[in-house]
Amino acid sequence: MTSQLVRPTTGAVRRDARQKVTGEARYAVDRTPPGCLHACPVPATVARGRVTAVHAEAVLQRPGVRAVLTHENAPRLGEADDPTLLLLQDDRVPHRGWYVAVVVADTPEIAREAAEVLDVDYAVEDHDVLLRADHPDLYTPEEANGGHPAVRERGDFAPAFAASPVRVDATYSMSALHNHPMEPHASTARWEDGGLTVYDSSQGASTVRDVLAGLFELPPERVTVVSAFVGGGFGSKGTPRPPCVLASMASRHTGRPVRLVLPRRELAAVVGHRAPTVQRVRIGASEEGVISALSHEVVTQTSTVKEFVEQAAVPARAMYTSPHSFTGHRVVALDVPSPSWMRAPGEASGMYALESAMDELAGAVGVDPVELRLRNEPDAEPDSGKPFSSRGLADCLREGARRFGWEGRDPRPGVRRDGDLLWGTGVASATYPVLLSPCKASAHAGPDGLYTVRVDATDIGTGARTVLAQIAAEALGVPLDSVRVELGSSVLPDAPVAGGSSGTGSWGWAAHKACTALREELAGRSGPLPSEGVTVEADTEEETGQESPYARHAFGAHFAEVRVDTVTGEVRVSRLLGVYAAGRILNPRTARSQFIGGMTMGLGMALTEHSTMDPAFGDYTERDLASYHVPACADVPAIEAHWVEEHDPHLNPMGSKGIGEIGIVGTAAAIANAVHHATGVRLRDLPLTPDRLLPHLR
Amino acid sequence: MEPVDRTAPAGETPEGAPEAVSTLTLRVNGTARTLTVDNRTTLLDALRDHLDLTGSKKGCDHGQCGACTVLLDGRRVNSCLLLAVVCAGASVTTVEGLSDGDRLHPVQEAFVARDALQCGYCTPGQICSAVALLHEAADGQPSYVTPPERSPDGPVSLTPEEIRERMSGNICRCGAYPNIVDAIEEAAR
Repeated sequence: MTSQLVRPTTGAVRRDARQKVTGEARYAVDRTPPGCLHACPVPATVARGRVTAVHAEAVLQRPGVRAVLTHENAPRLGEADDPTLLLLQDDRVPHRGWYVAVVVADTPEIAREAAEVLDVDYAVEDHDVLLRADHPDLYTPEEANGGHPAVRERGDFAPAFAASPVRVDATYSMSALHNHPMEPHASTARWEDGGLTVYDSSQGASTVRDVLAGLFELPPERVTVVSAFVGGGFGSKGTPRPPCVLASMASRHTGRPVRLVLPRRELAAVVGHRAPTVQRVRIGASEEGVISALSHEVVTQTSTVKEFVEQAAVPARAMYTSPHSFTGHRVVALDVPSPSWMRAPGEASGMYALESAMDELAGAVGVDPVELRLRNEPDAEPDSGKPFSSRGLADCLREGARRFGWEGRDPRPGVRRDGDLLWGTGVASATYPVLLSPCKASAHAGPDGLYTVRVDATDIGTGARTVLAQIAAEALGVPLDSVRVELGSSVLPDAPVAGGSSGTGSWGWAAHKACTALREELAGRSGPLPSEGVTVEADTEEETGQESPYARHAFGAHFAEVRVDTVTGEVRVSRLLGVYAAGRILNPRTARSQFIGGMTMGLGMALTEHSTMDPAFGDYTERDLASYHVPACADVPAIEAHWVEEHDPHLNPMGSKGIGEIGIVGTAAAIANAVHHATGVRLRDLPLTPDRLLPHLR
Repeated sequence: MEPVDRTAPAGETPEGAPEAVSTLTLRVNGTARTLTVDNRTTLLDALRDHLDLTGSKKGCDHGQCGACTVLLDGRRVNSCLLLAVVCAGASVTTVEGLSDGDRLHPVQEAFVARDALQCGYCTPGQICSAVALLHEAADGQPSYVTPPERSPDGPVSLTPEEIRERMSGNICRCGAYPNIVDAIEEAAR
């Protein structure tokens, strides 16, 4: 086996790497103040119904048990936009795993055992948990996630499709997927002098602070949320989650600090997931493969608690030439856990279907799949008609093809055999929008020659500490090691969440603005700085509030090589290469890590990850890491990630696009297309597990 | 006789604790530590909650993710699968015990240099696992992918394939595997 090592040797070294390799970095789960009690939540054991009794007395008699909170005695909560946080407020059970009680005890062991033996009576109602494309309760929502209109139409799809010489009509499905960050969701909460301090595993402490202030009816300045180190999130910590609410309730109830760490097995039900989708894609094209009609119809599910619609048809609005287009979503509210954000919601699932269909079109017209995509490059964003601020897809496809050795590829499927193995290659495009949110930051110059940037950004592993220091140093025109960055606490200037690949753009813009203003302020001064230094504050509300006249997206191209064992049905990825056009890459070292990480999650999405709804019990059966298979080290080859230079003046002062999510976007399709090329088998249902593939292999 | 450290945080002998507690001594990162734990307390929770050594992480509590990996008498173990009481008298090395003062262990150095981490939560387990892996390979212990034709007495050559196989008990959801393999290759040189 040859080794192709990609060495991330350029770019500033990750600033918190030393704290992370020595174990010094303290995550939310690592906070146990003196006198801390331990809380263990109690999940509902029915899929739908009402709590009729919680037999707390027996549990309260156990030594070390301090309290049992239920809907009957828990603090009443104020308002929340997110109803998944209105916990222990009524007797309703909207899905299995919904929390119906919390046990608080002196030690984790006592709390856990007491929670397990707590007897809860339910009035059980019939439940409906299975998504079907013909479910009678499907409806068209107003919006899909991200505020996108649920339905968009251009031209007249049906007649254009009917008149097309070449037609692809294929339906793809995906099971639910779970984020499963390595650090389970956790909070340690403490009420003191009428104020609340919470160490929370979150992707945005400012947001958690505001939500807790609303729930507990406190002025926001009385709530402090710290998310200094966060053990991954991938969207599941992008919104406040039950631990911060339950720990705060328990602390208020007991008057002691309370730590609450979710057991891994409960995450599947209470911290969001990528909803399952059934996606029908129809493409009508000329004999040369130029698209005239494109339809992407998505069917998905949400819970009865809140509406979340995975916006899987949205990327089809931006990707390819399509004079006649229909893109729409329908959703059904089932008695299931609430779906939410998982890395590249919409794009990851939607581009699996669209890019698989493009591969099918390439086969139908006999055009190379890279060339087919180049033939369908639009002059402007198809849906909005806006010009692209920059569109590097063609460059990514060409550069990826060159690096991968794509040229001369034999397009015939199922003909490359090496003993029991069939091998093949596949390609897919990727895209992710440029999102920006308003953000505040301050920049301080000290008399000691050091500079401090403060912003409540969250470093969930992206390298925010490092890249914000780089942005600040560049804006100030000072050496990198003279800049300190403070982040991860709501006492710092308010900042948006680490989500939507918008962190560096949003936080960085505010840091850049503050540092630019500080530089000007310092340039106008003479003599030594005052002992307290000079501080400048900045807010990007105005800049980020303006709608851009441009369509702004990052693009990418993924290339995969797979080997399929015809005896076992196992697919192994032997090569994976991505090329990205994502504006200016601020730190090659940490950027490469993010791209590789996204591609690894895409590999799991393609081959191993799935969450299965149990129709009888109404919960996801894969509730641990032995059954929910995220990629392990042996599953992942030496992945290559590259990028093309892009100078886009229409983004932010740094010229950067987000890079945290695009890595996952086209990876599953590239792998599925490679499996087709290897075997001649087109499975339209992820993941491509051996049990699904083997019956089709000789 | 080693000094017995009594600086463990509050909660070592919890109020209202059940009678099923044990007092034991562990040699942790070279220092004898005596603690009283609920018999149900895992080695991981003893380290984290009783000795405030929070470098070892709890990712799954089921031995499936490897974030809790420590060295027990020199061998890598999932500390979430061991009860503290069965480890009485044993020697435990956690990630906090790998560096020599300010000087990082070569595996730690390589993880920093190769950016073999992102969120960092699995990192202490990855590093403890990697340190043990280097010893296992040096001792000639074969893995599933070790070529059978190699000399049975010599060390195992740590190819990327060997490292991937031997590191597959440590899950990294951020997907730092290529850099982790690279870092361990570097540390093995």
